[in-house]
This record gives sequence, C-alpha cells and structure tokens, in this order.
Amino acid sequence: MIKKEPLLEVRNLKKHFYLGGRGSKKKVLTAVDGLNFVIYKGETFGLVGESGCGKTTTGRTIIRLYKPTDGEILFEGVDLSALNEKQLFPFRKKIQMIFQDPYASLNTRMTVTDIIGEGIETHHLFSGKEKQERIYHLLETVGLKREHASRYPHEFSGGQRQRIGIARALAVNPELIICDEPISALDVSIQAQVVNMLEDLQNEFGLTYLFIAHDLSMVRQISDRIGVMYLGKLMEVTTSDELYDNPYHPYTKSLLSSIPIPDPRSTMRESRIILQGDVGNPINPKPGCRFAPRCIYAKDRCRSEDPELVEIKPGHFTACHFVKEINDI
Amino acid sequence: MAKILEVKHLVTSFFTHLGEVQAVRDISFSLEKGDILGIVGESGSGKSVTSLSVIGLVDDPGEIVSGAVLFEGEDLTKLSDRELNKYRGDEISMIFQDPMTSINPVYTIGNQIIEVIRAHSDMNHLEAKARAIELLDLVGIPEPVTRLKSYPHEFSGGMRQRVLIAMALSNNPKLLIADEPTTALDVTIQAQILDLMRNLQAKMGASIIFITHDLGVIAEICNKVIVMYGGKIMEKADIMSLYEKPQHPYTQGLMQSVPKPETGQKKRLVPIVGSPPDLLKPPSGCPFSPRCKYAMEVCLKESAPLYKISSTQFASCWLHDKEAPVVEGFVKCEPVLDEEAEVIL
Repeated sequence: MIKKEPLLEVRNLKKHFYLGGRGSKKKVLTAVDGLNFVIYKGETFGLVGESGCGKTTTGRTIIRLYKPTDGEILFEGVDLSALNEKQLFPFRKKIQMIFQDPYASLNTRMTVTDIIGEGIETHHLFSGKEKQERIYHLLETVGLKREHASRYPHEFSGGQRQRIGIARALAVNPELIICDEPISALDVSIQAQVVNMLEDLQNEFGLTYLFIAHDLSMVRQISDRIGVMYLGKLMEVTTSDELYDNPYHPYTKSLLSSIPIPDPRSTMRESRIILQGDVGNPINPKPGCRFAPRCIYAKDRCRSEDPELVEIKPGHFTACHFVKEINDI
Repeated sequence: MAKILEVKHLVTSFFTHLGEVQAVRDISFSLEKGDILGIVGESGSGKSVTSLSVIGLVDDPGEIVSGAVLFEGEDLTKLSDRELNKYRGDEISMIFQDPMTSINPVYTIGNQIIEVIRAHSDMNHLEAKARAIELLDLVGIPEPVTRLKSYPHEFSGGMRQRVLIAMALSNNPKLLIADEPTTALDVTIQAQILDLMRNLQAKMGASIIFITHDLGVIAEICNKVIVMYGGKIMEKADIMSLYEKPQHPYTQGLMQSVPKPETGQKKRLVPIVGSPPDLLKPPSGCPFSPRCKYAMEVCLKESAPLYKISSTQFASCWLHDKEAPVVEGFVKCEPVLDEEAEVIL
C-alpha cells in the first residue's frame, strides 16, 4: 500500500450564519459545527447526509466561498481560513468545484470556449492558439467534440452540460475537485456515464475528490472513505466498504437501511429501521448529540453531552456515547 | 379480477411553436383492483403525461390526440371538465411530487382538507372536520386537532406529503395516482412515506399508479411495472419477472446503471451510451434504437410489437422475434396483439 499523504485537513471547522436578533433572542444557524477530517492525496472522500445537514456548506467553506466562523482548513499544510483574497489566488487554481445544477451553473450568454477558457485566462496558463488547443483537448477528454466549442449551453442536454462543467474544473489542472451533488440532477442512465468518467479522470490526472451527495449507493460506488453528517456534525467516518458492512452509529444504520433496494425479493427489507420524526432544526441547537431526538438508544447523557468523534477501530471513527454497548464491541 | 382502469392506444401530444411534441405515443395498459402499478422512466419518457392524461389534466398546448381511458368502463376522454370533476378528488385522486407547491400556502391545512371532503359529499362542516382529523391521524400526523389550524409552511416536507396523502384519501378513492411522491424527500423520510402508502393501500384497497424514476422505489412498493422510454412502453411485467430477467435492452441497461447495494464489492457501472431522444423529432422505429447496443436495421425503421415472454411479461423488442439473431438473455417468443396484452396486464 502506498503511504497516504494528506492533501486537505479540516480541523474543528465551523460555519454559522447569523439570522438576526440580539442577546437572548439571537438566532444563529449552525450549518457546520466542528468538523474534523482528512482527505488523502488521490482518494475520493464522500460526504453524505440529508438536506440541511451542512454538507454543501462544508464544500463551499473549504473552497472559501464562505469565510469559516472558526477552525482551520489546511491545504498542503497552508491554512486557507487565514488567507485574504489575494493570498488565496494561487489556491483557487488548485481547488475547483463541480456544481449540482448543470442548468444554473453555466452562464447562458457565454460560449463553451469562453466558459472553459475563463479559468485558463484568469490564471495566465495559456493564450491564443495554445489556449484553443487546450480547450479542444479538454472537450475531448470529457467526451464532447471540438465543434461543440463555439456553442452555447442551451444547445446541450443535462449530461452534456455537466461534462462542460467538469471540463471547466479540469482546465486549470486542479489537485482537489469538490463535486457538490454532481449527478443528482441527471437521469439514471446518464448518472452512470458521469460517475465512470469521474473515476477515469481521477486515474488519469491523479485527482482528489470531495464528493458531496445524498444518494448513498452512488457515494459508495465512487468513494474510498465516507463521512456521514447530521445537522452540522460528523456522525461517522470510515472506508466505504466498512461503512456499509459495519455501520456503528445508529444514524448511519437507519440511513443505510432506508435506501430502496432494487430487488423485490430482498430480505433486507424485514430488518429495516424506519426513523421516526424529521431532521431537527439547526437554529440555536440544544446541547447534546444532534441525533438524540430521533435515536432509539438515546439516554440522558446524549441529551446533555456532545459526543466526540473517536476512533473505534483503526480508521473507523464514530461520534456516539454508547457505540460500544449498541454494537457489542 | 375486476378491471378498474383500461388505457387503450393513448396518444398525447403538445403542440408547441416548434412543432408537435409527442409525449405519449400509443400506449395501452390496464389496472386491476388492488394493483400497485409502477411506471418507471427517465425525464421525457412520458410517464407523467400518461398519468395526467388519465385524470384529464393535460394542459394547453397539450391534448389527448387519440385513444381511450376507461375508468370502470366509462371513457374519461369523452367527458367535459365539469363531468370529470365528479371523478377528480373523489374516485380518482392524485399526489404530486412537490408537496410545497401543491398546497395553498395562505389557507390552513384543515381548511383545505375540509374543502376536498365537502366538495364530494353532503357532510356539514363539523362532520367534515371530524373526518379531516381522522385522516390526519391515519397518515401519522401527531396532534391532528391542533395541526388542523396550522399553515403549510409550519410543516416539514415529509409532513406536507402526509397532508397531501390525507387529502387524496379523503373520499376513499378507487384509484390513486402518485407522481414521484417521494422524489423531493430525504431517504429516511422516503422510507416513512413508502411504509405509510403500503399500509394504507392494504387497509383501504385502492389501486395505485406510482410514477418514479427510481427502480429501487418500484421494487419496494409495486406489484406490476411499466418501463417507458421516448413516449412508448418498452416492457411491462409483474415485479418479480422484471427484476429477475428483464427482457428489454433498455430495462437491462437501467439496472446495470445503478450500483447494487447488496453485492458487497464494487463493480464498475455499465452506463447506457448517448442521451434520451428529442421528442420533437423522435427516431422512427424503436425510440431506444440509437442508444441500443443490439440495434439491428429493422429497429431503426420500425418499432417492435409487444412480444409475449410469459403470461405476465411483455417486451417491445425485435430481439424476441424468431428471425432475429440469438442473443443471450433474450427469449424467443411470439408477438401479441395489443388487445391480448391488455387483458393480462
């Protein structure tokens, strides 16, 4: 096994949004509340969770579209959270992003050449003929054709637009790509095309991915390790096989067992855990484990004391006070 | 078993300024009492338009060009809007994808449920209110008496979907059409809603048409499935046959495009190449032929009839023809008249 070298390390990352009010009426939305994780070079780290769990905010904070409220974002050892726009500039090239909605994330008034070429120009990588050649090459890399270069986004289907978005991210030779739900707006038959392409590009260019999604089966397909989020906190982090074979956290267990199984004969349905209630409110959260109100194992301690993310076995981290009792370990 | 719904040779088109978009192109199927029929397909496959055609909700510039929709023997396509309103919300009701946009935000939940009940019965306000409370309780909304006074924004997405289901069930419909009812919801909430629908169906015995793009959801809840592509039926079958041995290249392709959670190790996905057809100029012949790895000359020219794989499985693919080359995984069999296929499924 190759020695794993961290590319990105997130330490106690917090992003809170102030919603108004003062003093005791102050309303704060704690979108991300103290995350710790590492992404190693060349791997895909999946971040899963339900809507409102803070996975998208995490991605946007890492790329510094948001200024973090607290914590550190160490990229190749440099803390991005402390940098100003000017100091961030060289890192903008190293971290790129692919967005969820291929219809909203491309400027409708720009041609494909302009869209893909914008980053190349901003970072003074190529110009003139070389730039155009680079754009042609990128289009072919993502499975489009040279003649597409002069067209506008509306002339493409959803899957093709997502390919343009990927070409734009690749244009500046990034090291880390944050993929924020890149396939959830696409049809099933197109999703597999894009997932396979992302895997191929990773092998070819040695890319590292942070893959944010809510579709657990696709996340397992593409990720080496996965972090499960719930209301701004990480509940469990481990390798993708371990997560699916031995989920320890009660939330992960119920999340995995909620996935519809594309097999009418499956017997897994009988042991399904159906979670009661809804995802709680991230505004001024109460102390204690965020999952406690929906957890069948919750005890008094869960409602008063926040569990830390601890290593239960090598490489498998869980934030649950009673993980040992629940899982007999 | 008694047929509750028969759709015969339905054609629905949208007449846009760019030309005719043929959303549904000659489809036939039927539904027996107590069936949960899944219609699965990708965007633009015509699955939603099929369901809207059944209940007569196809809006301008769309219209039902030909075909019949027989509900307990009565052809709904021949009825005026006024006559259709007797069925809508009463014997046939519908649940939509987005629970926020299908409830009126300025009226209380109680107001809206009571309205639906009173529109189709001679209950007075108090009786209707009692019924509304009973319904909210049935769909698992805690404290239904106080919740009746709440506005839609005070509910979460999953709760709103429960309210919509309560509304749809208020007059004990014989047919419930659910158009992607769980697509906008998180997986844990989706599991709750599917569980609820399964229980309610068992309790009330309504037939359900369940429209979705998710093969997993179909496997969870349906007993019969129609696979649509480019406005046509590619395959229709009982649930076990379809998942065990899909007999249309498109169905097979769909199943290979999704990861299997149970198989343990990761396998590379096998995507379907290309993209869905442009329905302004649909391919002549089989709509799937431009993306099909088995496509033969005949596929590009002429769309295939339904072949009878078994008494409960039919596929529209030339590979089943006796004269077609033998391809592993495809059974040779006889084509059927559409009429015959309707009888069985």
